[in-house]
Amino acid sequence: MTRKILLQFPKEKVNQPLVYDLVKKYDLIINIFRAKIDPDDNGFAVVDLSGTGKNIEDGINYAKSLGIIVNEKMTGLNWDSERCVSCGTCLPHCPTDALYVENPKTMKINFDDEKCIECLSCIDHCPFGACSSIFKE
Amino acid sequence: MKTYAEINEKIKSGRAVVMNAEEIISYVEQKGLDAAAEEVDVVTTATFGPMCSSGCFLNFGHSAPKIRISEAWLDDVLVYSGIAAVDAYLGATQLRHNDPANMYYPGEFRFGGGHVIEKLIRGEKVQLFALSYGTDDYPCRELRTYITIDDLNQAIMVNPRNCYQNYNVAINTSDKSIYTYLGHLKPNMENLTYCSAGQLSPLLNDPFYETIGVGTSVWLAGAHGHVHAEGTQHSGVCTRTDNGVPSEGAGTLGLTGDMKKMNPEFVRGISLKGYGVSLALGIGIPIPVLNRDILKRTTVKDSEIFAPVIDYSHEYPQATGKFLTKVNYADLKKSEIEINGKKVKVGSLSSYSKALKIADILKEEIISGKFLLSEPYRKLTADVPFKKMKIAGN
Ligand code: SF4
Ligand code: SF4
Repeated sequence: MTRKILLQFPKEKVNQPLVYDLVKKYDLIINIFRAKIDPDDNGFAVVDLSGTGKNIEDGINYAKSLGIIVNEKMTGLNWDSERCVSCGTCLPHCPTDALYVENPKTMKINFDDEKCIECLSCIDHCPFGACSSIFKE
Repeated sequence: MKTYAEINEKIKSGRAVVMNAEEIISYVEQKGLDAAAEEVDVVTTATFGPMCSSGCFLNFGHSAPKIRISEAWLDDVLVYSGIAAVDAYLGATQLRHNDPANMYYPGEFRFGGGHVIEKLIRGEKVQLFALSYGTDDYPCRELRTYITIDDLNQAIMVNPRNCYQNYNVAINTSDKSIYTYLGHLKPNMENLTYCSAGQLSPLLNDPFYETIGVGTSVWLAGAHGHVHAEGTQHSGVCTRTDNGVPSEGAGTLGLTGDMKKMNPEFVRGISLKGYGVSLALGIGIPIPVLNRDILKRTTVKDSEIFAPVIDYSHEYPQATGKFLTKVNYADLKKSEIEINGKKVKVGSLSSYSKALKIADILKEEIISGKFLLSEPYRKLTADVPFKKMKIAGN
């Protein structure tokens, strides 16, 4: 099985040999989508972990034991429902309909994080600053 | 037939029957026009979207020693100081000092006047930097301090142009992306943008300016303000469909209200990539049901309101006045629309859902007696057309 997670490394933890350990100790295949590791700053990585269910579970617990924040909801894209005004500027620019009209009568817009591929297009296009990401300044 | 005074009496005694401009459509279909005109007193309309011609007059109070401000910035955004000593006008589209604008095209335009207005209304601290040449009575020549809206004597929003009656739909027929005040338009008509609350929009429900005029009280982002004039570029002379509804820009409103009473949910600084900064505003306007004709016009629905689709890669910038076709708002509310045989993705800059919320807030305020109607003391002009600029020598 495969699970997508977001790992956030607090500044003092960026030097941990996490990926090596996950491969070596837990027999996991790791596919990195996006990452920023900077010895002087907080870091992050969006990864797919493939392996047996138990190994994935143990690997995640190991990462947590090292003080790494494991975000399994994969909130690489943060949509702020308070800032969103449901204008719909983002709609033609979202390739997967992760941002979509929830109710055609009120034209209220919602965000489906399962569908989001983190293309970050909405960040560029939302005039109201409702979309943000740790992957983009 | 009802009068403003009769309707206000009913509002004060908590007996007014009020509906929003969406509900009224099916209600009149059910009840019939005559019965509904007897029963309903007020229809509430609303809109929420970018309104570039907006801004506010601020009075900072006097410093000791005094300053006659000649130039000033709020959070590095230039304000107009060519008025009295410590008065200034902060405009929505003024860009922050040193913003690279479109130097690295398309620019991001992260912060400007609209954002400062939003911060003020949120009660946040804003930096004031002011310069002066110094006079005998105003010796101070430079100051820097922090202010919040509570420190100001007045913060009065005065918007030269809001509530466009109807609006263009923008598309791009060229072969490269363009960045406009109606957003990023991809090449070859891949997407389009509209910007109107359609059937909820104030002046689309009063197409001949029978009730909305100079002096009409309005709900301006939560404050109770009023129409102070025709908006700039107002033009009652326009193309209209058979129901009398304008099928292009047409009328506009100049609005004013007390910023200290506004709700930040409905006053929002916006950044338009490749274009600039602006302010999005929420506005609600009540329409008194004085007679059945006025009521009938409030039952206009999205499928009966048409807007011109204009090519923003050529026809708009070159001011040719040409459009591709006209489309209605019911079709615009779908995710795709067919233009000249091509399926085009639809985006919108206005928010119908916020407009609906505002129409309902205004409805509640009227039902509970908190918002009274006012009779305009002058009608908006209906016969003055919109002029183009003459370039001398051409
Ligand atoms: S990041 Fe891309 S896929 Fe995700 S919501 Fe934004 S535009 Fe859609
Ligand atoms: S563009 Fe931004 S504010 Fe508008 S609907 Fe999309 S996320 Fe919400």
